[in-house]
Amino acid sequence: MVSSAARFSPLPGAVPAGLTDLEAGELRAFCERRRAEGASLMALWASDERDRVGGFRLHLAFLDDRGLQVARVALAESAPEYPDLSDLFPAAARMQRAASDLTGVRALGGDPRPWLRHAAWPADWFPLRRDAPAPAPREPQPEVYDFVAVAGDGVHEIPVGPVHAGIIEPGHFRFSVVGEKVLRLEERLGYTHKGIEKRFESLSLTEGARLAARVSGDSAAAYAWAYCMALESLCRVAPPPRALWLRALLVERERIANHLGDLGALGNDAGFAFGLAQFSRLKEQVLRANHAAFGARYPFDYIVPGGVARDLDEAQWQTLWTQLLPLQDEARRLRAIYDDHGGLQDRFTGCGRISPELAVRLGLVGLAARASGQTRDLRCDFPCAPYDRLAVNRITHLGGDVAARVAVRFDELFESLRLCRAILEHLPDGAVRAELPPAATDRPGCGAVEGWRGPVLVALEAGPDGRIRRCHPHDPSWQNWPALEYAVIGNIVPDFPLINKSFNLSYSGHDR
Amino acid sequence: MNAANLLAQIVVVALAVAAAPLFMAWVGQCRAWLANRRGPGLLQPYRVLRKLFHKDAVLATRASSLFRIAPYVQFGAMACAAAIIPLLGTDLPFATAADAIALVGLFAVARVFLALAAMDIGTAFGSLGARREMLVGFLAEPALLMVFFTASLIAHGTALPAMATAITGHPLAIYPSLAFAAVAFLMVLLAENARIPVDNPATHLELTMIHEAMVLEYSARHLALIEWSAALKLFNYCAIGFALFLPWGLPDRVGSGMLAALPVVALKFAAAGAGLALLETVSAKMRIFRAPEFLATAFLLAVLGLLVRLLLGS
Repeated sequence: MVSSAARFSPLPGAVPAGLTDLEAGELRAFCERRRAEGASLMALWASDERDRVGGFRLHLAFLDDRGLQVARVALAESAPEYPDLSDLFPAAARMQRAASDLTGVRALGGDPRPWLRHAAWPADWFPLRRDAPAPAPREPQPEVYDFVAVAGDGVHEIPVGPVHAGIIEPGHFRFSVVGEKVLRLEERLGYTHKGIEKRFESLSLTEGARLAARVSGDSAAAYAWAYCMALESLCRVAPPPRALWLRALLVERERIANHLGDLGALGNDAGFAFGLAQFSRLKEQVLRANHAAFGARYPFDYIVPGGVARDLDEAQWQTLWTQLLPLQDEARRLRAIYDDHGGLQDRFTGCGRISPELAVRLGLVGLAARASGQTRDLRCDFPCAPYDRLAVNRITHLGGDVAARVAVRFDELFESLRLCRAILEHLPDGAVRAELPPAATDRPGCGAVEGWRGPVLVALEAGPDGRIRRCHPHDPSWQNWPALEYAVIGNIVPDFPLINKSFNLSYSGHDR
Repeated sequence: MNAANLLAQIVVVALAVAAAPLFMAWVGQCRAWLANRRGPGLLQPYRVLRKLFHKDAVLATRASSLFRIAPYVQFGAMACAAAIIPLLGTDLPFATAADAIALVGLFAVARVFLALAAMDIGTAFGSLGARREMLVGFLAEPALLMVFFTASLIAHGTALPAMATAITGHPLAIYPSLAFAAVAFLMVLLAENARIPVDNPATHLELTMIHEAMVLEYSARHLALIEWSAALKLFNYCAIGFALFLPWGLPDRVGSGMLAALPVVALKFAAAGAGLALLETVSAKMRIFRAPEFLATAFLLAVLGLLVRLLLGS
């Protein structure tokens, strides 16, 4: 049997990537081989090709030990259908439903319920079809959605959200419980669907970077870098080294800020408000330094196609440099407090556990996967510049519970602080921006960056006149939201917020 | 009962009702300081109450009259309790009208009404909160009764003023049984007033709430009354604690002595509030099924106190 990886033709770019074309008939067998080879499904999306090569296309992005591979499947216009893949890759289930909502490309035998489409638009209107008419004004409709009902003595449902008691993003959680014990959780997402993929199609390739950064605000740097990586792959250009080092600095600072925020919030959700107050203070220091050095607290619009927007001057360098060691000292002291706090550890330990086997089966990614014994980290597996010079340490914990996700956050925080010091110390001189040659229109470009939550993927296709033809930003939350449903099984209802926070998944990045 | 006594009684209850939000604010302020934060100031609960009283109440369509009267019942029960507890003197007319056991009953009435009101509107959170509140309540009440029994063995009576004077009557006596009872009482206080580690009054996470889950559907004046009575409940519990374990400084007759006792009582509350804030700052919230263990421990300690008193006479 020939390895399925052999048929991929290489794509240029910072991350090793390959491309292959498939017929719909061979998709199932191909996916079975990919699964047997240990590849994981990173993203699945569809595009309308009726104006170009005819019919529709299903795109699947896989990740394995060799890198990223994109498979394109041609689907006939008359019957844009393909076999359900969710039994091979459970993460595919919701991506298939989303692709069906947006383009009308259906998975035969898959879950027929809508996913991103709520009552806001009609079932026969597909926004990502190139000939989709402008949506007609529509009265809000009552939504009918078949949640899976759990039968049994004493079982009842608790509906939570989409509007919550706190100021958080909207999502609906349907719990089936007996007393306080959770039998089943079903999520309903899509409330923050903004039509970002559609919006991309009206932007130029350079403008796209700004929108990409806004897919999920807490991962602005990771998204912007992934987008630029995809565009630079299309243009066959490499940004100057100094720009790449500055991009990595930004992504690591984003990781630091988010981990600090999460660690505080996790303490607070366990009733330990002291943790929130202290970690929020540290996060605020990071954000203020971001503002001083990069012009925005959450670093929007600093990473631009070809490099970065501005160089760092001496004073800004000093601001960033002097902050790191005191921050590390304070975080160490707070970690000691967390680790020694019996009440806190009692809440964290054993709560919301995902076993390593389950993590593999569900295709868990990023931080949550590394807390369940997985080691995948794009910075270590496929180190693009400057990570190839920084030797990022792999961080992994075996527990799979909230405590493990807290421990991974602490370890990654200290590793990122080390990386920031190394980057600032060895920052190469030179220009920070390269000119972009015209983009290729005959192939897709891919960018993948290990953001704080996990690998962020952007797949980009250029149109003829320097515009975006199709852009698919993929958030790691797609893989990890379904895992949350498993993590809470057998736990008690009041532990859910803590478990949820320990994943801290993006609604906006998922709903797009 | 003469007019002066009655007037004094009314003044004391009014004082308790007025000062309860201040005490709540003081606890919040201390917690803020302990977390290196500035805090909203001591007037914040009053601002919240004023805001709530100025709003229009929104009621669930299926809400029955039970839902509407529950806040008034709860507030009334807490105000009555404030009259029974010897806050500023042991000789007030109402203090002898009901004893400690009736006080526990009064708290139970408020609890039952609130739990019924929470279930009345039929939301998932209301019944969730009511269920949890009952889980806490059925364990906390016996523990509280045991604490009262220990004290009443010393005082030879179940009236709170008698308990207070029994201890002040022998200034140098040491009662180990009361030490057990005091720890048990503190644990009951934390559980009954929705404080950390049993409940988190500041949380916005609806799935973890106990007390807050019951009152999620209340708004405006109803919510104001509920918040106010929650503050009054905490105030009352502290006042009970002072009467049982720190009764010094309480005048034994109505008059100007009560005015002189005011700073002493204020000092006790300030210290108790700071202590409560410290306790809450250094603890995390327990898993909800640890609450029964926590309260069983409280009950055990209270029983130990009782046994020490009964068997050793100390």
